[in-house]
Amino acid sequence: MFASEYILEIAYLIATALFVLSLKWLSSPVTARRGVLAGEIGMLLAVAGTLLHKGIVDYTWIASALVLGTIIGVPLGRVAMTAVPQRTALSHAFGALCVTLVGTAEFYLRAPNVPKFMMSVLSLEVILGALTFTGSLMAAGKLQEVLPQRPITYKGQNFVNLGLLAVSVGIAVMLVLHPEKMMLFPLMIGIPLVFGVMMIIPIGGADMPTVISLLNSYAGLSAAAMGFVLGNKLLIVAGALDGASGFILSVNMSKAMNRSFTNVLFGAFGQEQVSVAGKTEARPVRSASPEEAAGILAAASKVVIVPGYGMAVAQAQHKVRELYDALSKRGVDVKFGIHPVAGRMPGHMNVLLAEADIPYDRLLEMEDINGDFPQTDVALIIGANDVTNPAAREDQSSPIYGMPILDVDKARTVMVIKRSMGAGFAGIENPLYYLDKTLMLFGDAKNFVGSIVRELSGGHG
Amino acid sequence: MQLDLITGLYVFLLAAFIGFEVIRRVSPLLHTPLMSLTNALDAIAVVGAIILAGEGKSMLAKILGTIAIVAATSNIVGGFIITDRMLKMFKASGPRKP
Repeated sequence: MFASEYILEIAYLIATALFVLSLKWLSSPVTARRGVLAGEIGMLLAVAGTLLHKGIVDYTWIASALVLGTIIGVPLGRVAMTAVPQRTALSHAFGALCVTLVGTAEFYLRAPNVPKFMMSVLSLEVILGALTFTGSLMAAGKLQEVLPQRPITYKGQNFVNLGLLAVSVGIAVMLVLHPEKMMLFPLMIGIPLVFGVMMIIPIGGADMPTVISLLNSYAGLSAAAMGFVLGNKLLIVAGALDGASGFILSVNMSKAMNRSFTNVLFGAFGQEQVSVAGKTEARPVRSASPEEAAGILAAASKVVIVPGYGMAVAQAQHKVRELYDALSKRGVDVKFGIHPVAGRMPGHMNVLLAEADIPYDRLLEMEDINGDFPQTDVALIIGANDVTNPAAREDQSSPIYGMPILDVDKARTVMVIKRSMGAGFAGIENPLYYLDKTLMLFGDAKNFVGSIVRELSGGHG
Repeated sequence: MQLDLITGLYVFLLAAFIGFEVIRRVSPLLHTPLMSLTNALDAIAVVGAIILAGEGKSMLAKILGTIAIVAATSNIVGGFIITDRMLKMFKASGPRKP
């Protein structure tokens, strides 16, 4: 090895350590920003080291690409917090695009003499990369609402999808055995590109947290495969970390959605939308005005607010923060109960509430808050539905039976801010609304919370 | 530099184990920043693209490598910026220090 190669390997080694530390420091909000810094330094070292690589003869294209990438990247880093899920999906697409293009170039540089192992990892790299690329673009389009969010299903969908996947794997095997059949290579990219689109078509908005996590995992694995192709250990490590992270989040999300993991692995979510909404008889509910709600909240000593995606849609998080302030000032203990799938990606709700300046130690995960509900005076539900449905716990015939929920029905009083009596995304009746202890607060989340806040501050002065 | 299969698999296996153990400890509070950070780190794939574009062994490699650098760089820059922006917003409540 030349001296410059040693320098490069050492730069990669340090970057590897910094990447692991970066994720380790992310474990707590106190050290998390140090983690970002570690990641940045590692990245800088690795890129700088690579630029010194002796084989590089021309820097003009590299330099312009780095500048252009930065010009695109800065606005993508400055999107609104509500747009983070689609930004994340888009960045999975970019990552997968990079991996697929590099894989393609490597194939044509090496073909037709590609060793079997090399061809296997190369196939894995481009198949995963290509399906992640179109799949993520589709997911981003659905999240940005430029594509219909409604799941589109047709007969034999799973058969078509698995068939496409099987054909691309078949082509990969052919290429491993006969790498000189170079005309097969474009097919091995084209079919997974189609598969990526088909995979996301049957998926509705509520399943997005699982899908994004899964695509995250695929993007990581394809990058790790690229590390094998290039013989780059740093890339293998980064890809494995990303793959592991996406995998853990997918498992978390599928548990929270009560879907089996095989269901998720094969992308067969958004299925079984059993329609039980047929027999909706008009049962009486109790409703309340903002004044009444404010009175009950002011008299409470412990309040748990349960926000759902509806709160973010209504842009109500800043009003919710005012409510938190007004109640805290009166000595009411206010906490937030966050279901893992509240929001459009894992942890999204926490970011939206943190943006509204709600302290993170007030945000409690489902397992941590559920024990508190029996001692809670008021559970206030804003824009959440299915994650509070007691049928998931009690009614074995319910489609969401077994899904972990927030036990809001154990609080002394339950208040639900909701536009109307319509059912949730799965079309499932929520018996919570018909309990004697439940008060329905009909209206737009932002306006309703605003009125409660006005009542609270008016009554105070 | 060529990497043999077994060494590569060792590296992958160990990194995956470390990944599981470290990431399991990340609070669900920070799962969104976790995803944007791993995304930025994953864009280290840019080093492969830089070598492709820089060595210029074929016109195809040069063009694909250059596009790949653009895609990965936008992930690096955007990913780090948004992760830091999100983490900056997470504040503990007033005087109580953990």
